[in-house]
Amino acid sequence: MPRNGSIAIRFSLNGRDIEISIDPTERLLDTLRYRLNLPGSKEGCGEGECGACTVIVDDLPANSCLVPTFQVRGCKVRTIESIPTSSLQPMLETGATQCGACTPGVVVTANWIKEHSGVLASHTMRALMAGNLCRCTGYDGIIDGLEKWIGTPNGGRP
Amino acid sequence: MNVLMPNTLAEACELCAKQPDLIPLAGATDLLVHWPLRQVEHDKTYLDLSKVGELRKMTWTADTIVLGALTTYWDVLQDLRAKSEFPLLMESARQVGAIQIQSRGTWAGNIANGSPAADGVPVLMAYDASVTLTSKSGSRSVPLHEYYTGYRKSVRRPDELISSISMPLRKYDYSVFHKVGARRAQAITKIGLAITREASAPSGWRIVANSVAATVKRCPAIEQLLQSGLPIRRPEDFSTAIASDVTPIDDIRSTADYRRTVMARLLYHSLRGTAASIS
Amino acid sequence: MQRLEGLSKLSGAERYLDDEPLEGTLKGCLWGMTVRSPISRGKIQRISYGPGFDWSKFVVVEPGDIPGPNETYLIENDQPVLAPGYVRHMHEAVALVAHEDRNLLRRAVASVKVEVDPESPVLDFRVAPRADQIQRGSDNLIKKLQIKKGDVHAAFANAYKIVEGEYETGAQEHVYIENNAMSAWVEDGPNGDVVVVRGSMQCPYYVLNALKHALKRDETRVRVIQAPTGGGFGGKEDYPSTIALHAALLTMKARRPVKIIYDRSEDMAATTKRHPSLVRHKTAVDKNGKLLAQQIEVILDGGAYVTLSPVVLSRGIIHAAGPYTCENVLIEGKAVLTNSVPYGAFRGFGAPQTIFACERHMDRIAHALGLDPIEVRRINLLKDGQTTSTQQTISGGTDRHALLNETLRVSEYDKHKRESEAFNKTHPYLRRGIGIATVLHGAGFTGNGEVYLNSKVDVGGCRDGRIEVLAASTEMGQGTNTVFTKIAADAAGYDTADVIVGVPDTFRVPNSGPTVASRTVMVVGKLVERAIDDLAVQLGQNGKPLRGASLKQAITDWHAKNPGKEIKGRATYTPPPNVKFDDKNYIGDAYATFAWGACVAHVEVDLRTASVRVLDFTAMQDIGKVINPVLAKGQVQGGVVQAIGWALTEEFKFKDGGMLNNTLTNYIIPTSDDVPPIRVVFHENSYPFGGGGAKGVGELPMDGPAPAILNAVAHATGADAKAIPLTPEHLLLLL
Repeated sequence: MPRNGSIAIRFSLNGRDIEISIDPTERLLDTLRYRLNLPGSKEGCGEGECGACTVIVDDLPANSCLVPTFQVRGCKVRTIESIPTSSLQPMLETGATQCGACTPGVVVTANWIKEHSGVLASHTMRALMAGNLCRCTGYDGIIDGLEKWIGTPNGGRP
Repeated sequence: MNVLMPNTLAEACELCAKQPDLIPLAGATDLLVHWPLRQVEHDKTYLDLSKVGELRKMTWTADTIVLGALTTYWDVLQDLRAKSEFPLLMESARQVGAIQIQSRGTWAGNIANGSPAADGVPVLMAYDASVTLTSKSGSRSVPLHEYYTGYRKSVRRPDELISSISMPLRKYDYSVFHKVGARRAQAITKIGLAITREASAPSGWRIVANSVAATVKRCPAIEQLLQSGLPIRRPEDFSTAIASDVTPIDDIRSTADYRRTVMARLLYHSLRGTAASIS
Repeated sequence: MQRLEGLSKLSGAERYLDDEPLEGTLKGCLWGMTVRSPISRGKIQRISYGPGFDWSKFVVVEPGDIPGPNETYLIENDQPVLAPGYVRHMHEAVALVAHEDRNLLRRAVASVKVEVDPESPVLDFRVAPRADQIQRGSDNLIKKLQIKKGDVHAAFANAYKIVEGEYETGAQEHVYIENNAMSAWVEDGPNGDVVVVRGSMQCPYYVLNALKHALKRDETRVRVIQAPTGGGFGGKEDYPSTIALHAALLTMKARRPVKIIYDRSEDMAATTKRHPSLVRHKTAVDKNGKLLAQQIEVILDGGAYVTLSPVVLSRGIIHAAGPYTCENVLIEGKAVLTNSVPYGAFRGFGAPQTIFACERHMDRIAHALGLDPIEVRRINLLKDGQTTSTQQTISGGTDRHALLNETLRVSEYDKHKRESEAFNKTHPYLRRGIGIATVLHGAGFTGNGEVYLNSKVDVGGCRDGRIEVLAASTEMGQGTNTVFTKIAADAAGYDTADVIVGVPDTFRVPNSGPTVASRTVMVVGKLVERAIDDLAVQLGQNGKPLRGASLKQAITDWHAKNPGKEIKGRATYTPPPNVKFDDKNYIGDAYATFAWGACVAHVEVDLRTASVRVLDFTAMQDIGKVINPVLAKGQVQGGVVQAIGWALTEEFKFKDGGMLNNTLTNYIIPTSDDVPPIRVVFHENSYPFGGGGAKGVGELPMDGPAPAILNAVAHATGADAKAIPLTPEHLLLLL
């Protein structure tokens, strides 16, 4: 883990303003996992394909493996750790998680969809979740869970 | 690794003038791929444009739409007017990666990155986009179809930055976008097409292809063929024009034969019913 | 009952190995990385550690540091831990390096040059090797097996028609979202120091055996603990032994904890994958499509080392003739050595490969005879009382014909077929089709395998009266912990909240066998039941078991009377009665029981791009009793989607024996937008010898989708595809 940071940045993390020193080579994923003790976001691929590292930056889902940490100065960042466990029951009931490795990224994106459900007027759930790869569930448990969470069916049937 | 973080375009240009080997950075969705494995890239100096607010703006004037250098795919997807006037922008934006990429990736970054498989560039080119290049000594406008000079090479000087992209407001009576990838999202294009026809302008075809040449490319021979009114009865009737315009290769994603064949079939089936010459 | 650790996973609280803070046993932890061979075969001339680094500050391990034999213990011990002067595959591990700074370590390892004098590699398993390519025996053969029933040659002489076909399946990468991860450290112990290994794995005892062998230590001096594991699918069945040995060697030399976390590209390129296959069918049929003789040849690419190839081949040939009865069967299988990265276990374990060939061949038989593919299956589907290719008499009460009919009904097969044919007449470039596959999957280890494993489970009575299940079976997403809790609670008459499942730790749990072969609920779950019985009888009187509140009270009373001691129930595997297998001649009961299935795929092919889209998919599964519907359905849906990827998009691009497309950008697995909702129907038929009546669900879903999809593509377009993945580039050439 980078020891001495050489850039000081301030941003809002899960609702709290923080100031930290970082190494310019840090990805937001590295900073969260190894510097800020928030290992909920996972590294599945390091190339922005699997979405296991998904966080919210300024109110939009982003792959934290592709965000240089210095770019979140002045931004609002929210991670999986900010989503209350008590709200996750519907996802549990439909089998949205199996091994759990993709799950934090899935939940972050799904939660964003739930909070911006107007986007479902122009996008299907399956298209919006397509940046979160899962190898265990085959996706039905996730889509069913999101439908239940929102209370709206929109599984993306052609 | 060094990072310079200007707050204004003027500051950024000043820095570029002093240090032409700076690497400008917007959404970073290309640069950071496999970042930990690319240690050599860590030893360079980057120009982070992400906080240059004036580059973020998307503007409509009387006769143009102007995308700022930091306008993202998602920004355009949210714009209702863009949906009706530039539908291909929406079509391509929604097929770039997935929402996590659309939220960060910029149109200008897509141009600057210069990939032959770029997904934003073809639709911009089909809409006759121009790129504004700004430096300490001023700005100039370059039509996007004249921007590239070779594989990942362009007319942009090292001290210049893309500051905006503009497209003329026009009536199009035909527009179609095709992205053929290995899956429906998170796919690199194997062969893509952006096609527009300006209404009331018989020479108004714009046929742009990606992933089939060293750069994203207008296809003048195909445009000519359509303009000529020569009858086209099967996909194969496009073959000669295709061979003249593009040079697909075998690579990790697909084959030259596949690309050529599919390009002909897409052209044929899309344009049937629109171009009078196609039956 | 809901997944026990579900909320922990959903909330991001679950800690996988790389999430652990570097405290406690990981305090002062070093990162470990692997130096790998750049080519597929040759003699190592020199390893040069690059200039510009103070190598004295790095920990370096080479083969000389291995205390015991340089061998990875498995079926044969032919795979070295570190290449001993010669390499047999690209990316073979040659040396190990550790340092505290991960980025510095990356740069240092990148500077290491491994110079290999090349020798001629075998890279195509279908072609006989040249003399200078022989690396094993006289012909590079890893294993040869045969199944013989009746007399195929006589039947061929009298056949109405003979139908032949050659089918190929490609390798498949697991793409568990958590890459391979392993940590190791050294602790004090009563007999001397203990090497502890903890990480992502499916089979702690496989890892233990490998550590004991190469480190020359007994089980009091090595300890293996499973960490929460982010997916396995067979990819963490045998490979963890290798990465565990690497971590152990580094920690022993460093005298500091070590952690190895693979990058995705390394994991994809260097670890095991599904065996590629070539299967040839020659079938004699009568005019109604009845199978008179099945002659089948199965060839597997065995990769550079034996790993599990003999067992994959075994399962492959046993499933090769499909869920049908036929009087005359000859199946010859072989696994051959090549200089490809070693292949290993992947969900289905040989059966998906051979069932793909069989089910595609059935449709082609129907086509050759001008018959309906459904009718050809009906006429041959096994009935109870009939025998398989190994002459096992099928029993168990599942009516496979009724299963088939139900599948056709639920999938609206006839309606989709009619509508597709009408649709195809008018659309300029889309074609729709429907296809079916009927399948089987032997549950548990083949033949006498379960007897050989001799699995054990303990259940401990805790001081507060709760019960702890102590089994080596691992949770990797399939629901082990949840199902064991339910089985134990039901058997004990307990509330599920009073049952805990212990972390698989070889210091605490007995060897329950590996978490593979769809055996966890069926075999080990049964042992959980019986171990509870044993505990309940121990604490009862006169052989009468206690249950519920009285059992709980008895446990707490016992602890009060026996402070500091442990009370456990134990069960050891006993085979079901009347299951006999001659594993030399492959005659008899290959499996204690089979799971059965049928699936229907409805597809749309775009003639412009030759891409195939699955519009609708139905999986009918008979897995015995369904213990947890949500978990079981999830297993089926997940397996089906993996099989869809294997069938259509997961193509390997190889160069000189190495994987070129070893990134998630270029190795294409399905996204949520690439697959339809998967309709799952369970046909329940309780299996009396399985835990909770279950037969095993993990792998059956993998067997049907690929042939069903290719059959549907043939129906839609007439394209006679016989190889997967059927990418658009390949399909275009067949249209």
